[in-house]
Amino acid sequence: MSAATNAAKPVARRGRPSFLQLLVANRLSAFGLVLLVLIAGLALITPWLPLPSPDVTNPADRLMRPMTDGHLLGTDQLGRDLFSRLLWGTRVSIAVGLSATIVAAIFGSAIGLIAGYAGGRTDNIMMRGIDMLMAFPYILLALAIVAVLGPGLLNALYAIAVVNIPFFARNIRGVTLSLARREFVDAAKLSGKGHIRILLSEVLPNVLPVIVITMSTTVGWMILETAGLSFLGLGAQPPQADLGSMLGEGRKVLFNAPHVSIVPGLMIFALVMSINLLGDGIRDVLDPRLKSGALSRPSAATAVRRESVPEMPRETGAALDVRDLKTQFHVGGEVYKAVGGVSFQLNKHECLGLVGESGSGKSVTAMSLLGLVPTPPGRIAGGRVIHEGKDLLEASEAELRRLRGGAFAYVFQDPLSTLHPLFSVGDQITEAIRAHQPLSYREAWKKAVELLSLVRIPNAAERAHSYPHQLSGGMRQRISIAMALANDAEILIADEPTTALDVTVQAQILKLMAALQDEKGSALLFITHDFGVVSEISDRVAVMYAGRIVETGPTDEVLFSPAHPYTRKLIDCVPVLGEPERRLDAIAGLPPAVNRLPEGCAFADRCPHVEAACRKGDIALDDLGPGRAVRCIKPLTAGREEAAQ
Amino acid sequence: MLVYFLKRLAMVVPVLFGLTVIVFLIMAMIPGDAATAILGAYATPENVARINQQLGLDRSLPEQYFIWLGNLLQGDLGRSYSLNRPVLDEVLERFNATLVLAGAALLLCTVFGLLAGIVSAVRQFGWTDRIVTFFVLIGISMPSFWLGLILILVFAVNLRWLPPSGMFAIYGGGGPLDLLAHLILPAVTLAVVATGVIARLTRAAMLEVLRQDYIRTARAKGLTERRVIYRHAFKAALVSVIPVIGIQAGFVLGGAVYIETVFQWPGIGRMLVQAISTRDLLLVQGGVLVVAASYVLFNLLADVAQHLLDPRLKS
Ligand code: SF4
Repeated sequence: MSAATNAAKPVARRGRPSFLQLLVANRLSAFGLVLLVLIAGLALITPWLPLPSPDVTNPADRLMRPMTDGHLLGTDQLGRDLFSRLLWGTRVSIAVGLSATIVAAIFGSAIGLIAGYAGGRTDNIMMRGIDMLMAFPYILLALAIVAVLGPGLLNALYAIAVVNIPFFARNIRGVTLSLARREFVDAAKLSGKGHIRILLSEVLPNVLPVIVITMSTTVGWMILETAGLSFLGLGAQPPQADLGSMLGEGRKVLFNAPHVSIVPGLMIFALVMSINLLGDGIRDVLDPRLKSGALSRPSAATAVRRESVPEMPRETGAALDVRDLKTQFHVGGEVYKAVGGVSFQLNKHECLGLVGESGSGKSVTAMSLLGLVPTPPGRIAGGRVIHEGKDLLEASEAELRRLRGGAFAYVFQDPLSTLHPLFSVGDQITEAIRAHQPLSYREAWKKAVELLSLVRIPNAAERAHSYPHQLSGGMRQRISIAMALANDAEILIADEPTTALDVTVQAQILKLMAALQDEKGSALLFITHDFGVVSEISDRVAVMYAGRIVETGPTDEVLFSPAHPYTRKLIDCVPVLGEPERRLDAIAGLPPAVNRLPEGCAFADRCPHVEAACRKGDIALDDLGPGRAVRCIKPLTAGREEAAQ
Repeated sequence: MLVYFLKRLAMVVPVLFGLTVIVFLIMAMIPGDAATAILGAYATPENVARINQQLGLDRSLPEQYFIWLGNLLQGDLGRSYSLNRPVLDEVLERFNATLVLAGAALLLCTVFGLLAGIVSAVRQFGWTDRIVTFFVLIGISMPSFWLGLILILVFAVNLRWLPPSGMFAIYGGGGPLDLLAHLILPAVTLAVVATGVIARLTRAAMLEVLRQDYIRTARAKGLTERRVIYRHAFKAALVSVIPVIGIQAGFVLGGAVYIETVFQWPGIGRMLVQAISTRDLLLVQGGVLVVAASYVLFNLLADVAQHLLDPRLKS
């Protein structure tokens, strides 16, 4: 809703819009609601409308076309007024469908409540029974029941209700099962309430929404199916008529008077569609994932809409030159500045550590380089990413594809979720090779096995046939590394590659990466939150906070004498062997939300040295000697630090 | 894989057993005297006695069940009194026709449902997506028996492209082409709802999968978007859609009852409707049993297919 309409409706402005408003905001479900109200309203007032009786036959007027005078929709083969019959039939169909829904809801919910509440054997036996019922094709079971009870509208109603009981029983049981173990139920039990009273007073009210939702999703079906049984002549019997039996009778004169069957069919269609539209709307409103836009499909490359483009710098000889990179997430009218102007250079053969807490923007920075940030909601809003004199933010999708996995290779954090679960690891590496080298599958597979040995996987030829879930965490990470090495990438980007692993495996993987980087001579951008890891592998570090680099310099220097208070804290977080108390699990306070960055220093709220000047204006990244820079107006010096402690 | 298949097959046995119990119980629950229900209120006492004995109704319920089951296992489903022939013969003959129809419909809904779902997920919020979503909504809201009538009106009566009913032409028919011509309209009609359901779920599954980390990995490898979508995303989505296709088999087999009636297809659904109106309960029983058993087998197939695709399920 735009700001203008919000302002026009003062009620809507405060707090969250109401359920109904959300529902109406969805145009289709609003249409469904209107249609349903219209049909139901017409059906309700039918007895008071000036209509001819639906059952009065008049052979002289048989099969009149629609729009003839006196008969809006014409007449059927017995000369009965179709419009009148349609409205009366709709009444019957709605009544039967609703009743069937209610019957199914009552019995199904009762079964679900009891099974879920009792648990154990009772649950097991009841649910086996329900499973048995579901082993029948839906309509077939209804037919069998009608066969036993005999044709008739009421029997059709029962039959349809019975076949829908499993849906209710299953849904309600699931919810009840989790509720039955909650404290308030235990409390009620302790207070001496009987089981039935607990079920009715404690559990049922909590389950009610699920019952209502299940009803709204099944009522359309039930109307359709009872109409179907009537159509087959197994439901409503003459002279009683519902929409289905009207359609069934109309079918006999299909060829010379099609309107007699088209009209009631259209009504069923409209009725069921309006219910489905409304049901979809309700579901959308209740499903919070749709609201956040998280269900949107990410595009192949991040959208680039740059508001600021820095000058193309002179050739620096760096493998990668990032200038003032800005990446944002646009969610529900809010702009999250995940990366707010990051610049760094990655030199050939060097390892640069990008350090920061989660949410500092370090991963997003890495993903932005080759457009791997999902759009929506991501968007690159500024900067340049220069590689071999070309700005990658201007590259076409095809060019990006060539670089991805080619000159640039990624190693991601959690290899269980980043490797495809349904392809063997050998196949996934083979695919990575073949994306960039003109090899046959067989040749590439051979190369994949070699890569697996290179990353020290025992029995590589055999292991290549394994699937990710069959391997240990450390093995999986070796697989990802092998995949990253597939095409002798110039630049490796490792995003927390050791975080998901335990300490010993972490050390092995680090050693392996360092050795391989050395051997292959590639540049490595290593992203982590752990200064301990950084100190082992990187030559230089860049510390990120709230989407910006706050300090950079050679690893040893930064580690030995950090200049930014945040860096100091991060280093303090590193556990030291034999001194478990030193591990401060987190720095007190939280980083600022990147959609509401404060003026001045983003770290001000958590900084022990904060003063008034820190909260004014933009704080620049100041040079602090060769290769070192810090974004702080009062950088730490050895002396001041002593004083602070 | 073979071990799994055999295990899964063994699990089918109790389900089939349960089916026979339910079918038996439903038939045993006929209110009033079964013999009068079958023969009508004016049956002679001798006939009633004969039927009672024929049905074994003079014994206890479990006894009756095991006798009935024993007969069933020997392929004896009793005799249809309205057709005066063994139920099994009639049922199997009719089932063939239903299998052709339901098989064609399942093929259609699987192919088009998957395609529509993928296209609509890939072009999310675009025009294609909107059109697909619109048709899906119409498809799942439409009474299939009504759609059948309209298709007959349009394609058989007005355009005269296709025959309106039956499985073969009465004169000079019988070839596969003749069958195909007769099959198109009913199969399409039967497939519409299931196509909608499958398309909807495929779209949802694709959107879910496309946000997974391993899709980012696939892109980071430099794969073409086509490969990312049709190999990486589709395979993962398919794993969650296959059980739904299995369930749709049940709706298709059930929906055949309407479609066979509309198109006068000589299948088991139409037989059931006729048997119910003539109260030929043994025929109903046999028909229900065979269709239900075939549904169980369809689900077994879906299960096996899922296992073939997803190595995680093997362990
Ligand atoms: S600028 Fe001020 S608040 Fe920010 S880190 Fe430096 S001393 Fe702390």
